[in-house]
Amino acid sequence: MKIVLEHLTKRYPNLNRKIKEDVIAVNDFTFEIPDGQLIGLLGPSGCGKSTTLNMICGLEPPTSGRIWFGDDDVTNLPPENRGVGMVFQSYALYPHLTVRQNICFPLENLKGADRLTRAQMDEMALETARLVQIDELMDRKPSEMSGGQQQRVAIARALVKKPRVLLLDEPLSNLDARLRLQTREEIRRIQRETGITTVFVTHDQEEAMSISDMIVVMEAGVVNQIGKPQKVYDDPVNLFVAKFLGTPPINLFDAEIRGGRLYLGGDCVLQGADSVPDGPVVAGIRPEGFVPDENGPLVCGLMAVEVMGRDTSIVAEHPACGGQIRAIVDTEDIPPEGAQQVRFSLRPAKVHLFDRDTGERIRI
Amino acid sequence: MKARGIRPWLYLLPALVFLGIFMVYPLFDVMVYSVEEGYNSASQTYYGIGGYNYAYVLRDPYFLQALKNTFILVIITVPVSTGIALLISLGLHSIDRFKEFFQTVFFLPYVTNTLAVGLVFMILFKKTPYSDGFMNLLITAVGGTAVDFIDGPYWAKMFVMCFYTVWVVLPFKILILTSALASVDENLYKAARVDGTSRMRIFTRITLPMISPMIFYLVITGFIGAFKAYSDEVAIFGTDLNAAGMNTIVGYVYDMLYGDSGGFPSYAAAAALILFAIVLTITCINLLVRKKAVI
Repeated sequence: MKIVLEHLTKRYPNLNRKIKEDVIAVNDFTFEIPDGQLIGLLGPSGCGKSTTLNMICGLEPPTSGRIWFGDDDVTNLPPENRGVGMVFQSYALYPHLTVRQNICFPLENLKGADRLTRAQMDEMALETARLVQIDELMDRKPSEMSGGQQQRVAIARALVKKPRVLLLDEPLSNLDARLRLQTREEIRRIQRETGITTVFVTHDQEEAMSISDMIVVMEAGVVNQIGKPQKVYDDPVNLFVAKFLGTPPINLFDAEIRGGRLYLGGDCVLQGADSVPDGPVVAGIRPEGFVPDENGPLVCGLMAVEVMGRDTSIVAEHPACGGQIRAIVDTEDIPPEGAQQVRFSLRPAKVHLFDRDTGERIRI
Repeated sequence: MKARGIRPWLYLLPALVFLGIFMVYPLFDVMVYSVEEGYNSASQTYYGIGGYNYAYVLRDPYFLQALKNTFILVIITVPVSTGIALLISLGLHSIDRFKEFFQTVFFLPYVTNTLAVGLVFMILFKKTPYSDGFMNLLITAVGGTAVDFIDGPYWAKMFVMCFYTVWVVLPFKILILTSALASVDENLYKAARVDGTSRMRIFTRITLPMISPMIFYLVITGFIGAFKAYSDEVAIFGTDLNAAGMNTIVGYVYDMLYGDSGGFPSYAAAAALILFAIVLTITCINLLVRKKAVI
């Protein structure tokens, strides 16, 4: 099912009554989610991603704008008539019911012609439980299960009615690191198997990038960028998106363009920016954009070398960079022990320039 | 164990001493009294050991009346007060404006003195040479005949008694239930809404099970409290409860100790232990039911 969001906007009255101005949680969100895709809504806390999800779900009415599921305008429909399944961050499993009863709960609400017999319900519950691989645990209570298992029950409960759209609110944030990796693969698998259009919300960029077909990066109610994860990572439209995606984060420098060359402090590190007018810019360099090079143009003070199995990261400092520089390099390239200095050359594709005032991307 | 030595016991000593003197010893003493036949408190003598005190108490019409009164009180007031408290709590939980105000209003009776409340009930129900009481005004206004609620027929007195008890225990129950309702995870309701659950079904399948531990707690403490009823009766019907036919078990115990017909600590002890046995049984049944029913 294709989901279309048209100029979706949500305003709340300010909680502080002295401020008359409304809080704009989501501002003019327009986006068409293609059928059968997994979409990650990504952004920091309070950026409006959960509000967007709630509006798609029908738990909150939009202030203005429309929502379409396929050709149906669902803007004014209550959640139960939209055909959505929702997984909550805290799972929201009914603690007094067993797994089977939890999964059957949505089916028991069906009335009239849709009404199912007990046998049909059990059959559907079991089928869904198999899909998420919890069919062995049907008679347990949620309190007798691990976080990951509870998560699967929540997904099963959301899927049992065969919804047109599956919504997940921070589905992995209550899990520990190992389970998170496992569960996100699991969500991907379930989504692929069912082919259901899925929207999930997260503040964890790694999570969003690893499993989404497309990610939507939001900040303060405004959509910054929509695209395939790798594309958004490689080609951020502004400083916020560049900073938000990537671990370790992008390294930022106060830089200057003079005659088509990029200067970090006194070092001329890159050429060929002829289309960019002279003046100060912010240069963002991805950790993998640094290549240790004895004759490299960027001269940094070496602070530490951290070897972490597969990766080696070099922590360095440079006068044009406010904080530490973190570079991820090949293990054979690490500087000799006792070195005070490290020199880098840069991979041009990993260097992004941004306007110092607006944060907008300056394309070379 | 040995390494810890005497210190933990030293810390426990104050509590143990007080509990021993004021809880364990009296409990033990009551049991002793209850089997000492013909105990005389002046001479501190008794004839022998046996079950006569129990036999006497169980044949005493005053005790049987008190037992009946207490049971009626318990059976009516516990479910009624819990039910009304639940309704009021649901109402309080669902309103947005003036919530604190109404919560305060409903909680006020809790901090009001029993005897003051009793006085108000007298005004509501008592017949005086000048007025039939507020309740009778209402009854006659709708065409009924006035009833003497304080000195009249048994059912009228029992009605006042139950009304009073329910009213007095309501605030605490409302307080407990509103906080129980507030502690139910909001997301459960959201999840139910997404699945199109009807309001009735949300209440019976989610709200009620989620607050059931608190309801059980209220029922158990309600039973115990109602079995121990005494001061409320005095507040309405005066100290001579036997004459009013409205005595309770605790009232009987008191009368046997200090009342006009008192001076029989052995009978009092026997009656107290019978009450203890009843409360213990009911509480055990409650706990068994609860174990089966809750999460």
